[in-house]
Amino acid sequence: MTILVIAEHDNSHLKGATLNAIAAASKLGDDVHVLVAGNGAQAVADQAAKAAGVGKVLLADGPALAEGLAENVAAQVLSIAQGYSHILFPATAAGKNVAPRVAAKLDVAQISDIISVEATDTFTRPIYAGNAIATVQSADTIKIITVRTTAFDGVAAEGGSATVESVAVVADSGLSSFVGREVAASDRPELAGAKIVVSGGRGLGSAENFKILDPLADKLGAALGASRAAVDAGYAPNDWQVGQTGKIVAPQLYVAVGISGAIQHLAGMKDSKVIVAINKDAEAPIFGVADYGLVADLFQAVPELVQAL
Amino acid sequence: MKVLVPVKRVVDYNVKVRVKSDQSGVDIANVKMSMNPFDEIAVEEATRLKEKGVATEVIAVTCGVAQSQETLRTAMAIGADRAALIQTDVELQPLAVAKLLKALVDKEQPQLVILGKQAIDDDSNQTGQMLAALLDWPQATFASKVEVSGDSVSVTREVDGGLETLSLKLPAIITTDLRLNEPRYVTLPNIMKAKKKTLDVITPEELGVDVAPRLKTLKVSEPPARSAGIMVPDVATLVDKLKNEAKVV
Repeated sequence: MTILVIAEHDNSHLKGATLNAIAAASKLGDDVHVLVAGNGAQAVADQAAKAAGVGKVLLADGPALAEGLAENVAAQVLSIAQGYSHILFPATAAGKNVAPRVAAKLDVAQISDIISVEATDTFTRPIYAGNAIATVQSADTIKIITVRTTAFDGVAAEGGSATVESVAVVADSGLSSFVGREVAASDRPELAGAKIVVSGGRGLGSAENFKILDPLADKLGAALGASRAAVDAGYAPNDWQVGQTGKIVAPQLYVAVGISGAIQHLAGMKDSKVIVAINKDAEAPIFGVADYGLVADLFQAVPELVQAL
Repeated sequence: MKVLVPVKRVVDYNVKVRVKSDQSGVDIANVKMSMNPFDEIAVEEATRLKEKGVATEVIAVTCGVAQSQETLRTAMAIGADRAALIQTDVELQPLAVAKLLKALVDKEQPQLVILGKQAIDDDSNQTGQMLAALLDWPQATFASKVEVSGDSVSVTREVDGGLETLSLKLPAIITTDLRLNEPRYVTLPNIMKAKKKTLDVITPEELGVDVAPRLKTLKVSEPPARSAGIMVPDVATLVDKLKNEAKVV
Protein backbone atom coordinates (compact mmCIF):
# COMPACT_ATOMS: atom_id res chain seq x y z
CA MET A 1 0.00 0.00 0.00
CA THR A 2 1.20 3.45 -0.83
CA ILE A 3 0.21 6.32 1.43
CA LEU A 4 0.09 9.97 0.40
CA VAL A 5 0.57 12.77 2.93
CA ILE A 6 -0.35 16.32 1.98
CA ALA A 7 2.31 18.70 3.30
CA GLU A 8 1.42 21.82 5.25
CA HIS A 9 3.75 24.70 4.51
CA ASP A 10 4.03 28.43 3.76
CA ASN A 11 6.00 28.00 0.50
CA SER A 12 9.33 28.31 2.33
CA HIS A 13 9.04 26.14 5.46
CA LEU A 14 7.53 22.75 6.04
CA LYS A 15 5.20 23.00 9.05
CA GLY A 16 5.68 20.61 11.96
CA ALA A 17 2.13 19.28 11.58
CA THR A 18 3.30 17.47 8.42
CA LEU A 19 5.77 15.40 10.46
CA ASN A 20 2.93 14.25 12.73
CA ALA A 21 0.85 13.24 9.70
CA ILE A 22 3.85 11.32 8.27
CA ALA A 23 4.10 9.49 11.61
CA ALA A 24 0.46 8.39 11.28
CA ALA A 25 1.09 7.36 7.66
CA SER A 26 4.07 5.24 8.72
CA LYS A 27 1.71 3.15 10.85
CA LEU A 28 -0.28 2.29 7.71
CA GLY A 29 2.49 1.19 5.39
CA ASP A 30 6.13 1.56 4.47
CA ASP A 31 5.68 3.41 1.23
CA VAL A 32 4.93 7.01 2.21
CA HIS A 33 4.86 9.79 -0.37
CA VAL A 34 4.50 13.48 0.41
CA LEU A 35 2.80 15.99 -1.87
CA VAL A 36 4.06 19.56 -1.66
CA ALA A 37 1.58 21.77 -3.51
CA GLY A 38 2.75 25.35 -3.60
CA ASN A 39 4.43 28.13 -5.50
CA GLY A 40 8.21 28.51 -5.34
CA ALA A 41 8.17 25.68 -2.83
CA GLN A 42 11.34 23.77 -3.82
CA ALA A 43 12.81 24.42 -0.34
CA VAL A 44 9.75 22.83 1.25
CA ALA A 45 10.11 19.74 -0.96
CA ASP A 46 13.78 19.48 0.04
CA GLN A 47 12.82 19.66 3.72
CA ALA A 48 10.11 17.02 3.23
CA ALA A 49 12.64 14.74 1.50
CA LYS A 50 14.77 14.81 4.65
CA ALA A 51 11.94 13.71 6.94
CA ALA A 52 12.31 10.20 8.29
CA GLY A 53 10.20 7.54 6.62
CA VAL A 54 9.41 9.43 3.43
CA GLY A 55 9.95 7.42 0.24
CA LYS A 56 9.21 10.06 -2.36
CA VAL A 57 8.28 13.73 -2.50
CA LEU A 58 6.02 15.00 -5.25
CA LEU A 59 6.37 18.69 -5.95
CA ALA A 60 3.55 20.55 -7.71
CA ASP A 61 4.90 24.04 -8.12
CA GLY A 62 2.84 26.75 -9.78
CA PRO A 63 0.98 30.03 -9.25
CA ALA A 64 -2.43 28.34 -8.91
CA LEU A 65 -1.18 26.76 -5.68
CA ALA A 66 0.44 29.87 -4.17
CA GLU A 67 -2.17 30.57 -1.49
CA GLY A 68 -3.50 27.10 -0.82
CA LEU A 69 -6.99 27.76 -2.25
CA ALA A 70 -9.17 24.73 -1.54
CA GLU A 71 -10.49 24.44 -5.11
CA ASN A 72 -6.99 24.26 -6.63
CA VAL A 73 -5.27 22.19 -3.95
CA ALA A 74 -8.10 19.63 -4.00
CA ALA A 75 -7.85 19.38 -7.79
CA GLN A 76 -4.09 18.90 -7.46
CA VAL A 77 -4.52 16.08 -4.95
CA LEU A 78 -7.17 14.45 -7.16
CA SER A 79 -4.84 14.57 -10.16
CA ILE A 80 -2.49 12.14 -8.43
CA ALA A 81 -4.90 10.34 -6.08
CA GLN A 82 -5.23 7.12 -8.04
CA GLY A 83 -2.80 4.48 -6.89
CA TYR A 84 -2.88 5.51 -3.24
CA SER A 85 -4.68 3.49 -0.59
CA HIS A 86 -4.76 6.35 1.94
CA ILE A 87 -4.47 10.12 1.64
CA LEU A 88 -3.66 11.90 4.90
CA PHE A 89 -3.91 15.58 5.80
CA PRO A 90 -2.91 17.16 9.10
CA ALA A 91 -6.12 18.26 10.87
CA THR A 92 -5.15 21.93 10.69
CA ALA A 93 -7.25 24.77 9.27
CA ALA A 94 -5.71 24.05 5.84
CA GLY A 95 -6.12 20.28 6.00
CA LYS A 96 -9.71 20.46 7.22
CA ASN A 97 -10.50 22.89 4.43
CA VAL A 98 -9.27 20.70 1.57
CA ALA A 99 -9.68 17.06 2.65
CA PRO A 100 -13.51 16.82 2.49
CA ARG A 101 -13.45 18.36 -0.97
CA VAL A 102 -11.16 15.58 -2.12
CA ALA A 103 -13.26 12.90 -0.40
CA ALA A 104 -16.53 14.06 -1.97
CA LYS A 105 -14.97 14.13 -5.45
CA LEU A 106 -13.80 10.55 -4.95
CA ASP A 107 -17.22 9.65 -3.52
CA VAL A 108 -15.72 8.31 -0.30
CA ALA A 109 -16.37 9.09 3.35
CA GLN A 110 -13.73 11.08 5.22
CA ILE A 111 -12.41 10.07 8.61
CA SER A 112 -11.79 13.28 10.57
CA ASP A 113 -9.23 13.96 13.26
CA ILE A 114 -8.00 10.41 13.92
CA ILE A 115 -6.13 9.82 17.18
CA SER A 116 -4.97 6.26 16.50
CA VAL A 117 -4.54 3.71 13.73
CA GLU A 118 -6.03 0.34 14.77
CA ALA A 119 -5.72 -1.34 11.37
CA THR A 120 -5.31 -0.13 7.80
CA ASP A 121 -9.09 0.37 7.62
CA THR A 122 -9.89 1.06 11.29
CA PHE A 123 -9.24 4.24 13.23
CA THR A 124 -10.30 5.96 16.44
CA ARG A 125 -11.53 9.51 16.63
CA PRO A 126 -13.02 11.71 19.34
CA ILE A 127 -16.68 12.76 19.11
CA TYR A 128 -18.88 14.96 21.32
CA ALA A 129 -16.03 17.31 22.21
CA GLY A 130 -13.79 14.43 23.21
CA ASN A 131 -16.33 12.96 25.65
CA ALA A 132 -16.46 9.74 23.64
CA ILE A 133 -14.03 7.92 21.37
CA ALA A 134 -15.47 6.22 18.28
CA THR A 135 -13.75 3.33 16.55
CA VAL A 136 -14.69 3.48 12.88
CA GLN A 137 -14.06 1.19 9.95
CA SER A 138 -13.98 2.30 6.34
CA ALA A 139 -14.73 0.06 3.37
CA ASP A 140 -13.77 2.72 0.80
CA THR A 141 -11.00 1.93 -1.66
CA ILE A 142 -9.21 5.20 -0.97
CA LYS A 143 -9.31 6.38 2.61
CA ILE A 144 -9.27 10.13 3.12
CA ILE A 145 -8.12 10.99 6.62
CA THR A 146 -7.27 14.03 8.69
CA VAL A 147 -4.81 13.44 11.52
CA ARG A 148 -5.00 15.04 14.95
CA THR A 149 -1.40 16.14 15.14
CA THR A 150 -1.11 16.08 18.93
CA ALA A 151 -1.97 12.35 18.95
CA PHE A 152 1.08 11.28 16.92
CA ASP A 153 4.72 12.07 17.74
CA GLY A 154 6.23 13.66 14.65
CA VAL A 155 8.91 11.78 12.69
CA ALA A 156 12.45 13.18 12.75
CA ALA A 157 12.87 16.17 10.45
CA GLU A 158 16.37 15.04 9.44
CA GLY A 159 17.85 11.75 8.33
CA GLY A 160 15.71 10.81 5.34
CA SER A 161 16.85 10.99 1.75
CA ALA A 162 13.81 10.78 -0.47
CA THR A 163 13.85 11.80 -4.11
CA VAL A 164 11.91 14.86 -5.23
CA GLU A 165 9.85 14.44 -8.36
CA SER A 166 7.94 17.20 -10.14
CA VAL A 167 4.32 16.66 -11.09
CA ALA A 168 2.15 18.68 -13.46
CA VAL A 169 0.33 21.59 -11.84
CA VAL A 170 -3.44 21.94 -12.25
CA ALA A 171 -4.93 25.05 -13.84
CA ASP A 172 -6.48 27.72 -11.61
CA SER A 173 -10.19 26.99 -11.08
CA GLY A 174 -11.08 30.65 -11.50
CA LEU A 175 -13.78 30.19 -8.85
CA SER A 176 -11.98 31.90 -5.99
CA SER A 177 -9.12 34.27 -5.47
CA PHE A 178 -6.87 35.29 -2.62
CA VAL A 179 -7.25 38.87 -1.38
CA GLY A 180 -5.05 39.26 1.67
CA ARG A 181 -3.78 37.91 4.95
CA GLU A 182 -3.40 39.31 8.44
CA VAL A 183 -0.81 37.36 10.37
CA ALA A 184 -0.86 37.66 14.13
CA ALA A 185 2.76 38.48 15.03
CA SER A 186 4.23 36.54 17.91
CA ASP A 187 7.74 35.78 19.19
CA ARG A 188 6.43 32.95 21.30
CA PRO A 189 6.34 29.31 20.17
CA GLU A 190 3.41 28.20 18.03
CA LEU A 191 0.47 27.18 20.22
CA ALA A 192 -0.21 23.80 18.59
CA GLY A 193 3.41 22.64 18.83
CA ALA A 194 4.51 24.25 22.12
CA LYS A 195 5.97 22.10 24.92
CA ILE A 196 4.45 24.37 27.55
CA VAL A 197 1.21 26.35 27.24
CA VAL A 198 -0.01 29.04 29.64
CA SER A 199 -3.71 29.78 29.16
CA GLY A 200 -5.94 32.46 30.60
CA GLY A 201 -9.69 32.59 31.01
CA ARG A 202 -12.46 34.92 32.00
CA GLY A 203 -10.92 35.17 35.48
CA LEU A 204 -8.30 37.55 34.09
CA GLY A 205 -10.99 40.21 33.79
CA SER A 206 -9.58 42.34 30.98
CA ALA A 207 -7.16 42.43 28.07
CA GLU A 208 -4.89 44.58 30.26
CA ASN A 209 -4.88 42.01 33.06
CA PHE A 210 -4.15 39.25 30.54
CA LYS A 211 -0.62 40.67 30.31
CA ILE A 212 0.04 39.28 33.80
CA LEU A 213 0.59 35.97 31.98
CA ASP A 214 3.40 37.38 29.77
CA PRO A 215 6.24 37.09 32.33
CA LEU A 216 5.12 33.56 33.22
CA ALA A 217 5.06 32.48 29.57
CA ASP A 218 8.45 34.13 28.98
CA LYS A 219 10.00 32.41 31.99
CA LEU A 220 8.69 29.00 30.87
CA GLY A 221 9.30 29.54 27.14
CA ALA A 222 5.60 28.82 26.74
CA ALA A 223 2.96 29.65 24.16
CA LEU A 224 -0.03 31.66 25.33
CA GLY A 225 -3.53 30.28 25.00
CA ALA A 226 -7.00 31.35 26.05
CA SER A 227 -10.42 29.96 26.77
CA ARG A 228 -13.33 30.76 24.49
CA ALA A 229 -14.78 33.03 27.19
CA ALA A 230 -11.59 35.08 27.25
CA VAL A 231 -11.49 35.31 23.46
CA ASP A 232 -15.17 36.24 23.16
CA ALA A 233 -14.69 38.93 25.81
CA GLY A 234 -11.85 40.37 23.73
CA TYR A 235 -9.08 39.64 26.27
CA ALA A 236 -7.07 37.58 23.78
CA PRO A 237 -6.94 37.13 19.97
CA ASN A 238 -9.00 34.43 18.22
CA ASP A 239 -6.12 32.23 17.23
CA TRP A 240 -5.14 31.71 20.88
CA GLN A 241 -8.34 29.83 21.57
CA VAL A 242 -7.87 26.34 22.96
CA GLY A 243 -10.90 24.08 22.73
CA GLN A 244 -13.25 22.00 20.61
CA THR A 245 -13.77 24.91 18.24
CA GLY A 246 -10.26 26.33 18.55
CA LYS A 247 -6.90 24.61 18.73
CA ILE A 248 -6.26 21.17 20.18
CA VAL A 249 -3.06 21.11 22.22
CA ALA A 250 -1.26 18.36 24.13
CA PRO A 251 1.87 19.96 25.63
CA GLN A 252 4.09 18.58 28.38
CA LEU A 253 2.73 21.21 30.73
CA TYR A 254 -0.55 23.13 30.51
CA VAL A 255 -1.13 25.93 33.01
CA ALA A 256 -4.78 27.02 33.19
CA VAL A 257 -5.18 30.36 34.91
CA GLY A 258 -8.63 31.69 35.75
CA ILE A 259 -10.29 29.06 33.55
CA SER A 260 -13.35 27.26 34.93
CA GLY A 261 -12.98 24.26 32.62
CA ALA A 262 -16.07 24.11 30.39
CA ILE A 263 -16.50 20.94 28.27
CA GLN A 264 -15.53 22.81 25.12
CA HIS A 265 -12.24 23.97 26.67
CA LEU A 266 -11.34 20.57 28.16
CA ALA A 267 -11.78 19.04 24.68
CA GLY A 268 -8.82 21.09 23.55
CA MET A 269 -6.31 20.37 26.33
CA LYS A 270 -7.13 17.29 28.37
CA ASP A 271 -4.47 15.19 26.65
CA SER A 272 -1.72 17.42 28.05
CA LYS A 273 0.85 15.47 30.06
CA VAL A 274 0.68 17.61 33.18
CA ILE A 275 -2.13 20.07 33.88
CA VAL A 276 -1.87 22.82 36.48
CA ALA A 277 -4.94 24.84 37.43
CA ILE A 278 -4.94 28.10 39.32
CA ASN A 279 -8.42 29.28 40.22
CA LYS A 280 -10.03 30.94 43.20
CA ASP A 281 -13.15 28.80 42.92
CA ALA A 282 -12.40 25.45 44.55
CA GLU A 283 -15.47 23.96 42.82
CA ALA A 284 -14.30 24.81 39.27
CA PRO A 285 -14.49 21.73 36.95
CA ILE A 286 -10.91 22.37 35.80
CA PHE A 287 -9.72 20.85 39.10
CA GLY A 288 -11.29 17.55 37.96
CA VAL A 289 -8.62 17.15 35.27
CA ALA A 290 -5.73 19.02 36.90
CA ASP A 291 -2.71 17.10 38.21
CA TYR A 292 -1.88 20.01 40.48
CA GLY A 293 -4.54 22.42 41.61
CA LEU A 294 -4.02 25.65 43.50
CA VAL A 295 -6.97 27.53 44.94
CA ALA A 296 -5.75 31.12 45.00
CA ASP A 297 -6.23 34.61 43.64
CA LEU A 298 -4.41 34.49 40.31
CA PHE A 299 -3.28 38.11 40.63
CA GLN A 300 -1.16 37.08 43.60
CA ALA A 301 -0.31 33.53 42.61
CA VAL A 302 0.95 34.25 39.08
CA PRO A 303 3.60 36.86 40.05
CA GLU A 304 4.62 34.62 42.96
CA LEU A 305 4.98 31.71 40.57
CA VAL A 306 7.18 33.79 38.25
CA GLN A 307 9.38 34.66 41.24
CA ALA A 308 9.66 31.06 42.39
CA LEU A 309 10.58 29.58 39.00
CA MET B 1 -30.87 36.21 -4.14
CA LYS B 2 -31.89 33.04 -2.40
CA VAL B 3 -29.86 31.77 0.56
CA LEU B 4 -30.04 28.18 1.75
CA VAL B 5 -29.08 27.41 5.36
CA PRO B 6 -28.66 23.79 6.41
CA VAL B 7 -29.11 23.27 10.17
CA LYS B 8 -28.67 20.24 12.42
CA ARG B 9 -30.41 19.05 15.56
CA VAL B 10 -27.77 17.98 18.06
CA VAL B 11 -27.41 17.27 21.77
CA ASP B 12 -27.38 20.65 23.53
CA TYR B 13 -23.85 21.92 24.04
CA ASN B 14 -24.29 22.13 27.81
CA VAL B 15 -25.04 18.42 28.14
CA LYS B 16 -22.19 16.14 29.12
CA VAL B 17 -22.98 12.99 27.18
CA ARG B 18 -22.50 9.49 28.53
CA VAL B 19 -21.27 6.49 26.62
CA LYS B 20 -23.67 3.53 26.68
CA SER B 21 -22.40 0.58 28.68
CA ASP B 22 -22.65 -1.76 25.65
CA GLN B 23 -20.39 0.67 23.71
CA SER B 24 -22.92 0.97 20.89
CA GLY B 25 -22.97 4.76 21.07
CA VAL B 26 -23.72 7.65 23.38
CA ASP B 27 -26.92 7.78 25.34
CA ILE B 28 -29.07 10.51 23.85
CA ALA B 29 -32.47 9.30 25.04
CA ASN B 30 -34.17 12.01 27.14
CA VAL B 31 -31.33 14.45 26.58
CA LYS B 32 -31.97 18.07 25.68
CA MET B 33 -31.53 18.71 21.95
CA SER B 34 -30.89 22.09 20.32
CA MET B 35 -29.76 23.63 17.08
CA ASN B 36 -26.04 23.17 16.48
CA PRO B 37 -24.47 26.48 17.68
CA PHE B 38 -22.58 27.08 14.41
CA ASP B 39 -25.84 26.67 12.48
CA GLU B 40 -27.50 29.35 14.61
CA ILE B 41 -24.71 31.66 13.48
CA ALA B 42 -25.41 30.63 9.87
CA VAL B 43 -29.14 31.38 10.17
CA GLU B 44 -28.34 34.72 11.83
CA GLU B 45 -25.96 35.67 9.01
CA ALA B 46 -28.51 34.77 6.33
CA THR B 47 -31.15 36.78 8.18
CA ARG B 48 -28.81 39.78 8.37
CA LEU B 49 -28.17 39.50 4.62
CA LYS B 50 -31.91 39.64 4.14
CA GLU B 51 -32.25 42.64 6.43
CA LYS B 52 -29.56 44.40 4.39
CA GLY B 53 -31.55 43.74 1.23
CA VAL B 54 -28.91 41.37 -0.19
CA ALA B 55 -30.91 38.18 0.22
CA THR B 56 -34.51 37.96 -0.92
CA GLU B 57 -35.40 34.63 0.62
CA VAL B 58 -33.83 32.45 3.32
CA ILE B 59 -34.61 28.74 3.30
CA ALA B 60 -33.66 26.55 6.25
CA VAL B 61 -33.17 22.84 5.65
CA THR B 62 -32.34 19.89 7.83
CA CYS B 63 -31.90 16.18 7.30
CA GLY B 64 -32.93 13.66 9.92
CA VAL B 65 -35.71 12.40 12.13
CA ALA B 66 -39.22 13.91 12.38
CA GLN B 67 -38.35 15.80 15.59
CA SER B 68 -35.89 17.91 13.59
CA GLN B 69 -38.92 20.00 12.65
CA GLU B 70 -38.42 21.82 15.99
CA THR B 71 -34.97 22.90 14.83
CA LEU B 72 -36.45 24.25 11.60
CA ARG B 73 -39.10 26.17 13.57
CA THR B 74 -36.29 27.76 15.57
CA ALA B 75 -34.54 28.74 12.33
CA MET B 76 -37.77 30.31 11.09
CA ALA B 77 -38.20 32.13 14.41
CA ILE B 78 -34.74 33.64 13.92
CA GLY B 79 -35.64 34.77 10.41
CA ALA B 80 -35.78 32.01 7.78
CA ASP B 81 -38.77 32.41 5.45
CA ARG B 82 -39.53 28.75 4.94
CA ALA B 83 -38.05 25.36 5.65
CA ALA B 84 -37.60 21.86 4.35
CA LEU B 85 -37.06 18.62 6.26
CA ILE B 86 -35.47 15.73 4.43
CA GLN B 87 -36.84 13.05 6.69
CA THR B 88 -35.13 9.73 7.38
CA ASP B 89 -34.39 7.54 10.37
CA VAL B 90 -31.15 6.29 8.83
CA GLU B 91 -27.93 7.46 10.53
CA LEU B 92 -26.69 10.24 8.25
CA GLN B 93 -23.00 10.82 7.65
CA PRO B 94 -21.60 14.03 6.12
CA LEU B 95 -21.26 12.63 2.57
CA ALA B 96 -24.92 11.56 2.56
CA VAL B 97 -26.02 14.96 3.91
CA ALA B 98 -23.93 16.73 1.26
CA LYS B 99 -25.62 14.65 -1.46
CA LEU B 100 -29.09 15.40 -0.08
CA LEU B 101 -28.24 19.10 0.08
CA LYS B 102 -26.91 19.03 -3.47
CA ALA B 103 -30.23 17.61 -4.67
CA LEU B 104 -32.04 20.40 -2.86
CA VAL B 105 -29.68 23.06 -4.23
CA ASP B 106 -30.34 21.76 -7.75
CA LYS B 107 -34.05 22.22 -7.09
CA GLU B 108 -33.99 25.57 -5.28
CA GLN B 109 -31.08 27.22 -7.12
CA PRO B 110 -29.79 29.41 -4.25
CA GLN B 111 -26.82 31.74 -4.85
CA LEU B 112 -25.36 31.16 -1.43
CA VAL B 113 -25.39 28.25 0.99
CA ILE B 114 -24.29 29.07 4.55
CA LEU B 115 -23.51 26.16 6.87
CA GLY B 116 -21.92 25.83 10.30
CA LYS B 117 -18.24 24.85 10.25
CA GLN B 118 -18.87 21.69 12.24
CA ALA B 119 -21.57 19.93 14.24
CA ILE B 120 -20.75 19.51 17.91
CA ASP B 121 -21.87 15.86 17.98
CA ASP B 122 -19.77 14.11 15.31
CA ASP B 123 -17.17 16.96 15.14
CA SER B 124 -16.54 16.08 11.47
CA ASN B 125 -16.16 19.48 9.82
CA GLN B 126 -16.88 18.07 6.34
CA THR B 127 -20.37 18.79 5.04
CA GLY B 128 -19.85 22.30 3.66
CA GLN B 129 -16.67 21.38 1.84
CA MET B 130 -18.26 18.20 0.45
CA LEU B 131 -21.28 20.12 -0.80
CA ALA B 132 -19.00 22.64 -2.50
CA ALA B 133 -17.13 19.79 -4.19
CA LEU B 134 -20.31 18.06 -5.40
CA LEU B 135 -21.63 21.33 -6.85
CA ASP B 136 -18.23 22.45 -8.15
CA TRP B 137 -18.75 25.74 -6.32
CA PRO B 138 -16.06 27.73 -4.52
CA GLN B 139 -15.92 27.49 -0.72
CA ALA B 140 -14.88 29.71 2.16
CA THR B 141 -14.72 27.83 5.43
CA PHE B 142 -14.39 29.19 9.00
CA ALA B 143 -15.82 32.59 8.02
CA SER B 144 -15.63 35.50 10.45
CA LYS B 145 -16.80 38.18 7.99
CA VAL B 146 -18.99 38.02 4.86
CA GLU B 147 -19.62 40.79 2.34
CA VAL B 148 -21.61 40.26 -0.83
CA SER B 149 -20.98 42.65 -3.71
CA GLY B 150 -22.47 42.04 -7.14
CA ASP B 151 -21.67 38.56 -8.38
CA SER B 152 -18.97 37.82 -5.82
CA VAL B 153 -18.63 37.48 -2.08
CA SER B 154 -15.67 38.51 0.02
CA VAL B 155 -15.06 36.29 3.05
CA THR B 156 -12.56 36.69 5.88
CA ARG B 157 -11.55 33.31 7.27
CA GLU B 158 -10.04 32.27 10.59
CA VAL B 159 -6.92 30.26 9.80
CA ASP B 160 -4.01 29.06 11.94
CA GLY B 161 -1.92 32.10 12.76
CA GLY B 162 -4.38 34.82 11.77
CA LEU B 163 -6.97 35.76 9.21
CA GLU B 164 -7.16 35.54 5.43
CA THR B 165 -9.58 37.08 2.98
CA LEU B 166 -10.84 35.37 -0.16
CA SER B 167 -13.10 36.49 -2.95
CA LEU B 168 -15.50 33.87 -4.31
CA LYS B 169 -17.60 33.91 -7.44
CA LEU B 170 -21.28 33.30 -6.74
CA PRO B 171 -22.86 30.83 -6.34
CA ALA B 172 -20.73 29.81 -3.36
CA ILE B 173 -20.56 27.88 -0.10
CA ILE B 174 -19.67 29.51 3.23
CA THR B 175 -19.17 27.80 6.60
CA THR B 176 -19.39 29.88 9.76
CA ASP B 177 -16.95 30.28 12.59
CA LEU B 178 -17.86 31.46 16.08
CA ARG B 179 -17.01 35.08 15.63
CA LEU B 180 -19.04 35.74 12.50
CA ASN B 181 -21.91 37.15 14.55
CA GLU B 182 -23.91 36.86 17.74
CA PRO B 183 -27.20 35.07 17.02
CA ARG B 184 -30.28 36.93 18.25
CA TYR B 185 -32.62 35.56 20.87
CA VAL B 186 -35.87 34.31 19.43
CA THR B 187 -38.85 36.25 20.72
CA LEU B 188 -42.24 34.82 21.55
CA PRO B 189 -44.07 36.69 18.74
CA ASN B 190 -41.51 35.35 16.27
CA ILE B 191 -41.93 31.82 17.59
CA MET B 192 -45.69 32.18 17.02
CA LYS B 193 -45.14 33.54 13.51
CA ALA B 194 -42.72 30.71 12.72
CA LYS B 195 -45.51 28.21 13.34
CA LYS B 196 -47.39 29.60 10.35
CA LYS B 197 -44.46 29.46 7.93
CA THR B 198 -44.18 26.67 5.34
CA LEU B 199 -42.33 23.51 6.27
CA ASP B 200 -42.06 20.92 3.49
CA VAL B 201 -41.22 17.33 4.27
CA ILE B 202 -39.44 15.29 1.64
CA THR B 203 -37.65 11.94 1.64
CA PRO B 204 -34.20 10.95 0.39
CA GLU B 205 -35.96 8.61 -2.06
CA GLU B 206 -37.83 11.52 -3.65
CA LEU B 207 -34.49 13.21 -4.16
CA GLY B 208 -32.97 10.00 -5.50
CA VAL B 209 -30.13 9.95 -2.99
CA ASP B 210 -28.63 6.85 -1.39
CA VAL B 211 -27.96 7.74 2.24
CA ALA B 212 -26.52 4.44 3.48
CA PRO B 213 -23.64 5.09 5.95
CA ARG B 214 -20.16 4.50 4.52
CA LEU B 215 -18.26 4.35 7.78
CA LYS B 216 -19.08 1.61 10.20
CA THR B 217 -18.86 2.50 13.89
CA LEU B 218 -17.43 -0.57 15.60
CA LYS B 219 -17.69 0.85 19.09
CA VAL B 220 -17.90 4.01 21.13
CA SER B 221 -15.92 4.10 24.34
CA GLU B 222 -15.17 6.43 27.22
CA PRO B 223 -12.03 8.48 26.80
CA PRO B 224 -9.24 7.33 29.12
CA ALA B 225 -9.76 8.91 32.54
CA ARG B 226 -6.99 11.06 33.99
CA SER B 227 -5.62 9.86 37.28
CA ALA B 228 -6.80 12.02 40.15
CA GLY B 229 -4.64 15.03 40.84
CA ILE B 230 -3.73 16.72 44.07
CA MET B 231 -4.39 20.15 45.49
CA VAL B 232 -1.34 22.09 46.59
CA PRO B 233 -1.50 24.62 49.42
CA ASP B 234 0.77 27.30 47.96
CA VAL B 235 2.95 28.39 45.06
CA ALA B 236 6.16 27.08 46.63
CA THR B 237 4.74 23.54 46.85
CA LEU B 238 3.47 23.81 43.27
CA VAL B 239 6.91 24.78 41.95
CA ASP B 240 8.53 22.01 43.99
CA LYS B 241 6.11 19.41 42.54
CA LEU B 242 6.64 20.63 38.98
CA LYS B 243 10.39 20.53 39.34
CA ASN B 244 10.89 17.35 41.34
CA GLU B 245 7.83 15.18 40.84
CA ALA B 246 6.50 15.95 37.34
CA LYS B 247 9.89 17.20 36.11
CA VAL B 248 8.30 19.46 33.52
CA VAL B 249 10.05 22.73 34.33
